[in-house]
Amino acid sequence: MKTYTKKQRELKKNLVGWLLVAPSLVFMTCFTVWPIFRSIYLSLTKYRMGMAKPEWIGFENYINLFQSGLFWKVMGNTLYFALITIVPSMVVGLFLATIVNRKSRLTGFVRTAYFYPVIMPMIAIASIWMFIYMAKNGLWDQLLVSFGRKPMNVLSSKKTVLPAMAVMYVWKEAGYLMVFFLSGIQSISEEVNEAARIDGAGSWTIFRRITLPLLAPTFLFVSTIALTNSFKLVDHVVIMTEGAPNNASTLLLYYIYQQGFTNFNYGVSSALTTVMLLLLMVVALPRFLSQDKKIHYN
Amino acid sequence: MRKKIALVTAASLLASVVALSGCGGGNSGGNSGGGDNASQTQAQAAGGTETKAEGGGDTASGDAMHLTFYYPVNVGGSAAQLIEALCNDFNAENPDIVVEPVYTGNYDDTVTKLQTAVQGGTPPEVFVSLATQRFTMASTGMAMPLDDLIAADEDGKEYIEDFLPGFMEDSYVDGQIYSIPFQRSTMVMFYNKNAFKEVGLDPEKPPTTWDEVVEYGKKLTNENRYGVGLALNSGSAQWAFTGFCLQNSENGENLMTEDGKAVMFDTPGNIEALQFWLDLQNKYEIMAPGIVQWTDLPTQFLAGEVAMIYHTTGNMANISQNAEFEFGTCFLPGGKRQAAPTGGGNFYISNGLSEDRVQAAWKFIRFMTEPERAAQWSLDTGYVATRQSCFETDLMKDYYEELPQAKVAYEQIDIAKPELTTYNAAEIWRILNDNIQSAVVGDATPEEALKAAQEQATEVLAEYQ
Repeated sequence: MKTYTKKQRELKKNLVGWLLVAPSLVFMTCFTVWPIFRSIYLSLTKYRMGMAKPEWIGFENYINLFQSGLFWKVMGNTLYFALITIVPSMVVGLFLATIVNRKSRLTGFVRTAYFYPVIMPMIAIASIWMFIYMAKNGLWDQLLVSFGRKPMNVLSSKKTVLPAMAVMYVWKEAGYLMVFFLSGIQSISEEVNEAARIDGAGSWTIFRRITLPLLAPTFLFVSTIALTNSFKLVDHVVIMTEGAPNNASTLLLYYIYQQGFTNFNYGVSSALTTVMLLLLMVVALPRFLSQDKKIHYN
Repeated sequence: MRKKIALVTAASLLASVVALSGCGGGNSGGNSGGGDNASQTQAQAAGGTETKAEGGGDTASGDAMHLTFYYPVNVGGSAAQLIEALCNDFNAENPDIVVEPVYTGNYDDTVTKLQTAVQGGTPPEVFVSLATQRFTMASTGMAMPLDDLIAADEDGKEYIEDFLPGFMEDSYVDGQIYSIPFQRSTMVMFYNKNAFKEVGLDPEKPPTTWDEVVEYGKKLTNENRYGVGLALNSGSAQWAFTGFCLQNSENGENLMTEDGKAVMFDTPGNIEALQFWLDLQNKYEIMAPGIVQWTDLPTQFLAGEVAMIYHTTGNMANISQNAEFEFGTCFLPGGKRQAAPTGGGNFYISNGLSEDRVQAAWKFIRFMTEPERAAQWSLDTGYVATRQSCFETDLMKDYYEELPQAKVAYEQIDIAKPELTTYNAAEIWRILNDNIQSAVVGDATPEEALKAAQEQATEVLAEYQ
């Protein structure tokens, strides 16, 4: 048998390692890294459908965006929508998790039921909820009428359109967050709970003093997921309102889509994409920075 | 051990190669952009992933030539099956050509898919897109002018002249024909005759003026029913608005110039037209407040909740099959004059195809627009038949005898004008729709809204001046 020098062996080991990661490296480069740099480049150009090649214009796209009222309206909508979906979906998710954590004959069924909306595609959900929110004949308006109220046509009013979509989204998202909370709760050692119970703590105290603090890492993780997810939403806007009325329901990703695929304005849509990228990075930052502070790990 | 390493190596290399080739194809398409010949061949050379019978089909003898045909469906019913059947008929008649129809969603989706296909270097040979997209199709180089093909046909001139002028009008870009009318529609008024009788109106005398719309609307409105229905969502409002503006303009001017390079949104007549909409909602309270969706409006009409609706003739089949009451159709009531907008989709041929493909595509378009076939298409869908000779077919005559309500649309074409059509049409539509909505939800007065729309649209169109 041939003998290798130390260096050769090292090289061989490294080579195997590189080969093992090669497929994902190639895919990551093609589908993640390359597009990111490409959109950053395109965001600094004027580039529309039909132009032979992009034309360098520096930061003009960004300047135009920051000066346009519509851009700030869309950013406002996006943040507002994030706000009114994240907290409720986390609260509901946690609540569901505590429910399905109890052992009973129905546990399996209940878990499936709560998780069901998650696996349904957003498109289908949006189509169904459109019937619920349909003007006058929809379930919601009919409900109002049966209580003697006037029908609202929620999707057509600038005040109610985003909250209405938020309700739908919380319904879908809560089940997803429930899974994380459930695994968080189940990873808390039973001994701690038992000790507390022996000391005479009620279940509310246990929940508040033991479960919640020990769930802190889960909370941080879930809030990041929920926040980034809420930025990534577009399907329901396309299906339900197309941004109406007067862009009251236009979210950032829909605006990007519209600029890129309806108006063929690749330069502007790339600039918006870059803005979104920065936004997501800022959102994810706390998770990287504060990971080990003030958070109990088991 | 060594065997294992070799296996892993081989597998990962294979994966990388596959990934790289896909990557390369995508990039070259993305870099070169446009629908020009060069980018197409480049992308194909780089290994475009589409497995279309491309390339070889051009020269190979014996093998049939494959054409891809993108079509949208924007009305309910079985339009998709009908298209498939029509393509099968064509393929049976022309064994050397195989047309493969691809359903591409609604009009907007179709443009998006088209754009992706062009960027990827594999555009469909033929496609149906809105007539209003023609300036965009021409300026982006996605579609080709058809004049040479028409001139080469013996009966080319008669063929074009046979199309209803109201439809043919919006096929031109700078004097060249870029598209051929296919699934065309116009907006008519559907009204509930039973409701008319109930409140003492003559069901054979639908409203003919805006004043009558208000007068009738007031009578027809009660606790469970609105008198008038209009869809004001994005993508629909601008269509109806074109109609109202035409009706209220001094000399029948449209919302844009014929060359598609300028818009006239903020004229006094148009401001009045938008004010009239708001009055229907807020002053007379005979139309539902806020924004009613295009697709909800027929449902509300069929449920008896709205007595008169402005909607497309494309809904004729739906309404005639599902109405549990007697319904009538009529011309859109006039303001200063009677007028209506046309709409709907046309055939286009992609730019940068080889000569024999262009010929085959043209043959397909001619086939699809033959009088009998266009008449049948009109019957099955509710679209207005596009050619004068369609109306001489027995098919059409029988249809109108059976469903006289359908005839109104045909008669109205004489006074109909193209809907809002400009360069960057989608963007201009959006601007108008957003601003109309801002007036409807009370963010702006009609004057402010249309002034804003004018300003924004002028800015977008500045580069074409």
